[in-house]
Amino acid sequence: MNAASTIITLPVLLPLLGAAVSVVFARSAMLQRVVGIVVLAAVAALAAVLLVMADTSGPVVASLGGWAAPVGIALVADRLSALLLLVSSLVTLAVLVYAIDQRIADYGRGTASTTFHPMYLMLSAGVSLAYLTGDLFTLFVAFEVMLTASYVLISRRTSATRVRAGMTYVTVSLMSSLLFLTAIALVYAATGTVNLADLAGRMDALPGELRTVLGLMLLVVFGIKAAIVPLHFWLPDSYPNAPGPVAALFAGLLTKVGFYALLRTQTLLFSRDEPWMLMLVLAVATMLVGALGALAQNDLNRLLSFLLVSHIGFMLFGLAVFDPEGVGGAALYAAHHITVLATLFLVSGLITRRTGTVALDQMGGLARTAPGLAVLFAIPAMTLAGLPPTAGFVAKLALLEAGVGVGNAAVAVAAVVMVASLLTLVALVRVWVRVFWGEPRPPLPDDDPDDEVVVGTAATAAPMYAATAGLVAVSLAIAVFAGPLTEITDRAGTDLLDRGPYRVAVLGGAP
Amino acid sequence: MIIVPTINLTMAVTVAVLYAVGFYLLLSRSLMRVLIGVVVLGHASNLLLQLAGGPPARPPIVGTDPAAMADPLPQALALTAIVITFALTTFLLALGYRSFVLVGHDEVQDDVEDRRIGRQKADPVGLGSDEGDGDDSDDSDDSADSGAGDRVASTDDAVEATATGERERP
Repeated sequence: MNAASTIITLPVLLPLLGAAVSVVFARSAMLQRVVGIVVLAAVAALAAVLLVMADTSGPVVASLGGWAAPVGIALVADRLSALLLLVSSLVTLAVLVYAIDQRIADYGRGTASTTFHPMYLMLSAGVSLAYLTGDLFTLFVAFEVMLTASYVLISRRTSATRVRAGMTYVTVSLMSSLLFLTAIALVYAATGTVNLADLAGRMDALPGELRTVLGLMLLVVFGIKAAIVPLHFWLPDSYPNAPGPVAALFAGLLTKVGFYALLRTQTLLFSRDEPWMLMLVLAVATMLVGALGALAQNDLNRLLSFLLVSHIGFMLFGLAVFDPEGVGGAALYAAHHITVLATLFLVSGLITRRTGTVALDQMGGLARTAPGLAVLFAIPAMTLAGLPPTAGFVAKLALLEAGVGVGNAAVAVAAVVMVASLLTLVALVRVWVRVFWGEPRPPLPDDDPDDEVVVGTAATAAPMYAATAGLVAVSLAIAVFAGPLTEITDRAGTDLLDRGPYRVAVLGGAP
Repeated sequence: MIIVPTINLTMAVTVAVLYAVGFYLLLSRSLMRVLIGVVVLGHASNLLLQLAGGPPARPPIVGTDPAAMADPLPQALALTAIVITFALTTFLLALGYRSFVLVGHDEVQDDVEDRRIGRQKADPVGLGSDEGDGDDSDDSDDSADSGAGDRVASTDDAVEATATGERERP
């Protein structure tokens, strides 16, 4: 194996090995924590190296087991996957630090939870594999690794509420996985390959109707995973019931992995020359349903979940435009969205810890009692609403610029983007008013003392704030380095629609 | 090269029936039926994967003539998929059992917070108060409307408890 293929396999292998070590040393809390942090930091460093390599010299490819691409399984890191892997691993690392700090603050240094660390690392391995794989079936396996770990994380130490949410989540995800398997079977029956680069050529040779059917099946599959309206219903039902850091991890990563898969398959396999009307309609529906849903909520986490859905629509808009700027803008928006949603859920965890409730009408006056928290909420909230000069503004601007160039329908949707941003701002201002202004209220008692998240305590843990602040810093860094990042995502968008570099890198020779 | 599997009508009908039965069971209210639905759907997609590999032929390790061999790839894929569905079915069974132990019946329950917001929508306060200056009058309106002057109505667990209390148990 040469250096490049070592670097590209390690982001998958390291978390898997780390998970194994965590299981074996389940009784040593300290060792589990060190392994987790070291592994995820290493993955982040490797992702940064991959991004530089992919940006300077084209996609990095490794053939597993020495079998060349159409036969064997290829791992591919192009600009898009390396960028998302980098952002995801930074978020995963910060959320892990937060979770560890929470555990230490509540239960002391000595105790460990047997399942949390192994499952967390398994999830990270699944996410890495999903970004890096160049093979449709391996993508299925990656989703299963990721989702199986997430099933365990969402249903650990279940109360009656949480087991209901877990059940919904597991059933819906399982159904989408089985649909994915069905789609793979049909793709294989039609083309005789599951390698993405190989498929790109063979799909073009298929009759148009067959291509449409296969494209729509994959759209439904990834639509469920990415929570596209009308397939979003499971998300606001299940995420808010997950414990704080787990909800942050899910909100940050899982839907974006679904969107990444959608972006990859639709650009590589179902290339088109003009804006995609169906996707424009879905984008409008997703943006509006999400934002309006958020306005109706009284539960902070549910409100954030609806905003998550709403902003998936922004990325769909970029994909629907189907030109290099649009697709690149969608990639940039995905990177921004991963950080900002994870941050907001972590802040929500801190707020809940302080107030003892997620109900907005039971909180108040936190600006006076916890000014640090107010700052930590305000920055990502402004970022999500897309106010200048934050990363959200930069990403939204990239999308709008792409949309204005392509025709009337896209311009109309660009107007909806503005409306959805405004509604997002309204929803977040409402949170601000309810939570941070008004008379301070005493914290409510923990209504579910059996679960492991302690809420309604004035005992703050400074490291938890530090982890959240770290994520805010990542989000600010996206704004500061907006120039180089936009250039990278623009090149990524060009590559995605051109398809040539990817196919040459994987298959070798002329495309 | 495009592989066109010769369509075996018996298999096609079997797969179709399995999908239909699986989705029908998934739509039911009982967790046990949902679980069986997932199992049946898993069988359907694995069978479809087999079908995608073309007609039966000689094992791919016997002889050297590729034309006489069965396509080994779908079989490998199906094997992986079977293991995954098996593991997840077990997990779903455990979760369903946990739900049964905690709740006392095996029905899929409603999202209580969602229902509460649905009822509340009759009251137009929602949008009007959003840009408001956050005085507490909105808050008291909300909780008054949310049923029986129940201040705990906005915390999930409490609502869950009352809702399951109201529900008749089998």
